[in-house]
Amino acid sequence: MLTQECISNVLTLSVAALLQGRVSGMNLASYKGADVTDRLPRPLSQQTTWLLDVRDNRNRAAFAQLFDFYAPRLKGMLLRAGLQSGQAEDVVQEVMLAIWRKADQFDPARAQASAWIYRIARNRQIDMIRLENRPLPDELVAAEEESIDDAAQVLALDQEGTQLRAALIRLAPEQRTVIEQAYMGELSHSEITAQTGLPLGTIKSRIRLALDRLRHDLRDLR
Amino acid sequence: MTEITHHLPENLIIAYAACRLGHAFSVAVAAHVSLCMECRARLAAHEHAGGAVLEALPKETVSHELKLRTMAELSAPARVGLPPPEHAGIYPGAVMAALKGRPPRWRALGAGIRQCILTEDLEGSLRLLHIPPAQGVPDHGHGGLELTLVLQGSFSDETGRFGAGDIQVATEDMAHSPIAGGGMPCVCLAATDAPLNFRGWLPRMLQPIFRI
Ligand SMILES: [Zn+2]
Repeated sequence: MLTQECISNVLTLSVAALLQGRVSGMNLASYKGADVTDRLPRPLSQQTTWLLDVRDNRNRAAFAQLFDFYAPRLKGMLLRAGLQSGQAEDVVQEVMLAIWRKADQFDPARAQASAWIYRIARNRQIDMIRLENRPLPDELVAAEEESIDDAAQVLALDQEGTQLRAALIRLAPEQRTVIEQAYMGELSHSEITAQTGLPLGTIKSRIRLALDRLRHDLRDLR
Repeated sequence: MTEITHHLPENLIIAYAACRLGHAFSVAVAAHVSLCMECRARLAAHEHAGGAVLEALPKETVSHELKLRTMAELSAPARVGLPPPEHAGIYPGAVMAALKGRPPRWRALGAGIRQCILTEDLEGSLRLLHIPPAQGVPDHGHGGLELTLVLQGSFSDETGRFGAGDIQVATEDMAHSPIAGGGMPCVCLAATDAPLNFRGWLPRMLQPIFRI
């Protein structure tokens, strides 16, 4: 049976591996020893802190902060996916309400706020636009003795996410465009091919190249 | 369960995270992720990249009413939808959803092989295949990409052995002749983005009748 603790550990490793452009084995001991304890504790990202305040205290002011930060960006994401402005705002409203209602499912050891919200937005987008439920992976079963927020795990994941964001911002504009197209669902691979005349293999290797560039940026950070 | 050795390629995980896959491929990806912790973690990592891109997007102007009506809705009782279908037996929840919560209705294909078509449209097809132990599946090419997820038993072909949880990604130019392993019947979920193209088994003109 897969437990949440297990997945949290692998997740942190996997975010690191993503930055390195690959997924390695699951040797967590060396990873934890080398990285987590070396870092000075820093506060969690602002967005994750707001979301935890919504989850734990049902804090409407924190929710309003989340709205001000995410709603204009979610709208941008939906416009890129081809929605009209009014339709995009309807989906944004549903996404923000889903964040409020599902906040108790948010586990900062498994996701940063932005990753969790990205997934919710994609699910709601499919459910509302295609009028069908998006096929989703089975939920993991939590082991009973597990603590919800393993502090070291939460912090390590948050910092990996923050470094990923920092690396993304430093990408060359062309590479950043490739990454944006891949994650914003603007066009499918074959549609990109049709538009640019590049063969499928080229766009894929460009994405890999861009991810590889992320790795180098991260290495420079350390 | 034996260890999973055949995983999803990176680009399919990204495309699923970004909702750029059709329904049939999405079911196959969600089903493999249900069985595979490594791919679940890789999917989560790509959702982090997606979240990072989302945060870096320029802000669009949203109407003033949007915030007012969203805040006003916070106190409203949540609409209670149907719970998502649960994993049942060898079928992950995403497959149970495609089965509409019912057990598969198998149809004989010949040579003891049975299939159950879940969806079939212009975007692609999704089916379950039930292959007796040690039975070969006729050599077939594909019009496009085919994902085959093993749910029970195993099969082997020119590219290797695929056990429960393993997923095979077969491309257009790859003709292969899978053979089910001994022991239990092999049950697979097969997703394509184009009709399959069986060679030397049924005349091509009969294929639409058999819906292969
Ligand atoms: Zn896998």
